[in-house]
Amino acid sequence: MLSRIAESLYWIGRYVERAEDTARILDVHLQRMLADPWTREDAACRSLLAVMGMPTTDGPFTSARVVGLLGLDDRNPSSVVGALAAARENARGSRETVSSEMWECLNSTWHGLPNARRRVEQQGVHAFFRWVRERCAVMAGLTDATMSRDEGWLFLVLGRSVERVDMTARLLRTHERAGGSIPSWMTLLRSSGAWETFLRTYRGALDDRHAAEFLLLDRLFPRSVFAALSTAESCLSDLEPDPGRAGVATDAQRIVGRARTNLEFRGADELIGDLSPVLASLEKTCSQVNAAVSRRYFRQTTAVNWVRGAVA
Amino acid sequence: MADLFEEYRLGPGWDEMFSEPGMPRETYEALHATLQPLSSAELGIRAEVLARAFLDQGITFALKGVERPFPLDIVPRIIAAAEWRQVERGVAQRIRALEAFLADVYGAGQVLADGVVPRRIIATSAHFLRAAAGINPPNGVRIHVAGVDLIRDEQGMFRVLEDNVRIPSGVSYVMENRRAMAQVLPEVFAASRILPVESYPAMLLRALRAAAPVGVNDPTVVVLSPGVYNSAYFEHALIAREMGVELVEGRDLVCVGNDVAMRTTAGEQRVDVIYRRIDDDFLDPVHFRADSVIGVAGLINAARAGRVTIANAVGNGVADDKLLYTYVPDLIRYYLNEEPLLPNVDTYRLDDPGVLDDVLPRLDQLVLKPVDGAGGAGIVIGSQASSVELHDVREKILANPRGWVAQREVKLSMVPTLIGNRLRGRHVDLRPFAVNDGEKIWVLPGGLTRVALPEGALVVNSSQGGGSKDTWVLASPDDLTPFEVPHLPAAPEPLPAAASPDLGPGASGGEEQEQQQQQGRLSC
Repeated sequence: MLSRIAESLYWIGRYVERAEDTARILDVHLQRMLADPWTREDAACRSLLAVMGMPTTDGPFTSARVVGLLGLDDRNPSSVVGALAAARENARGSRETVSSEMWECLNSTWHGLPNARRRVEQQGVHAFFRWVRERCAVMAGLTDATMSRDEGWLFLVLGRSVERVDMTARLLRTHERAGGSIPSWMTLLRSSGAWETFLRTYRGALDDRHAAEFLLLDRLFPRSVFAALSTAESCLSDLEPDPGRAGVATDAQRIVGRARTNLEFRGADELIGDLSPVLASLEKTCSQVNAAVSRRYFRQTTAVNWVRGAVA
Repeated sequence: MADLFEEYRLGPGWDEMFSEPGMPRETYEALHATLQPLSSAELGIRAEVLARAFLDQGITFALKGVERPFPLDIVPRIIAAAEWRQVERGVAQRIRALEAFLADVYGAGQVLADGVVPRRIIATSAHFLRAAAGINPPNGVRIHVAGVDLIRDEQGMFRVLEDNVRIPSGVSYVMENRRAMAQVLPEVFAASRILPVESYPAMLLRALRAAAPVGVNDPTVVVLSPGVYNSAYFEHALIAREMGVELVEGRDLVCVGNDVAMRTTAGEQRVDVIYRRIDDDFLDPVHFRADSVIGVAGLINAARAGRVTIANAVGNGVADDKLLYTYVPDLIRYYLNEEPLLPNVDTYRLDDPGVLDDVLPRLDQLVLKPVDGAGGAGIVIGSQASSVELHDVREKILANPRGWVAQREVKLSMVPTLIGNRLRGRHVDLRPFAVNDGEKIWVLPGGLTRVALPEGALVVNSSQGGGSKDTWVLASPDDLTPFEVPHLPAAPEPLPAAASPDLGPGASGGEEQEQQQQQGRLSC
């Protein structure tokens, strides 16, 4: 498989996941801000922006501005609209590899984006986010149904999993940054679509330990950090059919494996007591994996600049 | 632009939004200012989105076997903080008195011996169940959940219309209405600070766990539903889902040797607390209707043995009998030594021959209610009834005076409601929900506002084609932060930004060169 195609697939996975997760996070947080009379809008918006890696210097911030920055800004590939456009751009460059149904899904979503602003104005911001979630779900379904489980699939799922780890870690940071109580675990669990499964698992016992354990360590919930790391790890090992005799073959495997064992073999209590460094290192892990995967598989020559006259 | 409030007329009752034409009351000022500039077309689009959201989520009420969406009106109903405090205290006071009364009539019967309530009222009540006598609930609570129906009279005063201490329904609409409104009309929230309603399932679960049999540390709670054909099945499922407990039907439970268990893939699992949404009559074929197929045989005996808690307790119906309702103010004085905070509506006891003779000639000015009716069934509003209907009800009353009460016709308060493409005043009531965990009675800030959609109609029940409104209780500055609601600290620390997300190809424009290249070739 061409490196360029592999890279595109990896980034389709990442961008689609980023769009979906950002939409989920924004939807839930904005609704909380409205429904909760004790929230200070400016501070809540700042914390959300900070966690998503946006500058928070020129306040004051309102929820409408946050929607503009993280939802509708088409120049920012970390906003919902920007991520969907970037995913489509990647698919355009690898149209011969992605199935035509997947391409069509991404393309028609992209064509729907200019309507996004109007949809927000007319039907409210929730309708827009729901539409995004649905489009991402269609994409996930088509990927699952039409892609053969070859290298391309592995790269796409790898991208999705890495992004998932990153987003869930960021989500947890909104909690940890605000000193433990805010926003509540309920908001976080809802943001990752985990609220109902969580309630069933722990039978309504909502406390710090259980909620953090669920989002970080749950083996069965696909959006937990642990589950996403494990998926990424298995993708990476499938990409290296010959593991050699000792250890693992690639840097990426080493980094992901270390992060996974770091979670798996430390008790929930220890992790929660030490949440801040754990989350910071998870965020770093994602960047490192990204770099390692790029080095190993997407080897790119930097563009060569020919200089006139130098070759005599 | 068409004005939404064009030709809005104040009705005969108390108007919640306007004190006089065009002059909104203080509590409604912010909402009025938000709605005023909207065109009816804009509001129409939102109302459609709202209706579709309800249908998509399956928020329905089954009426005569047909599932239909429970219409949610787009204009919320607002209650000021001070008014709400009054309601909250009044409702809690009523529940305390009714709890004491239930413990008394199913125990020593002191209230009957003292003549506060005549013994015949209890003896003739269809819902006084001898099978429930002597069952002592573990933490003394019989009314785990109550819904007290309130109305506002012509002077704007809240009055109690009836108590529901059996299986009050409607709380799911309170939660879903709020969620849907926040999704569809976020702008209107911005101007007001509203108390949240989403902690209800957590409070209910806490109360149910507190009611577990003695010696059970980690009780298993289940919700017992009659099944998918019940009109409130949506609510049963929502409550079970939000509490994270099993939703069971009668056939999922088995009762052996006074132990109740549910059949699971891992064998039988003991059940400690049953939040049941099945009527007393159908609950246990051993004691009640033998033909019930939705109940569990042996449940009452298990409860009597203290092995399982049934919530709400069996036999509570004696306390929300509409004739007993007339005695509730006396019960409050008798048990609590307090004056009632929420007055009743003037009601005539027709089992008193003198009162009956007085009432019969003026049936057309009164509201006539069967004492054990639920859901607005059988109610006759004298002023709106035909002479045939009046004749029929007169015959029924004469045949069974104990079975009926007469009430003054109160013009319920009105709230603007979207009818067609204009706002019109429609009559509303209010059902606050209270949860009793044995230590404190907690009233959900909000409650279900039901609205009678036909012009002038006074019966708001959902089974009579009523709709509902989101009900906002405004927060006052001194409100304590309630259970599990996130809030920001007074001075949040400035947050260092996290690293921005990794960027890949497709993010920035590298494609211009390719295009130029192509164009270059073309021009060659």
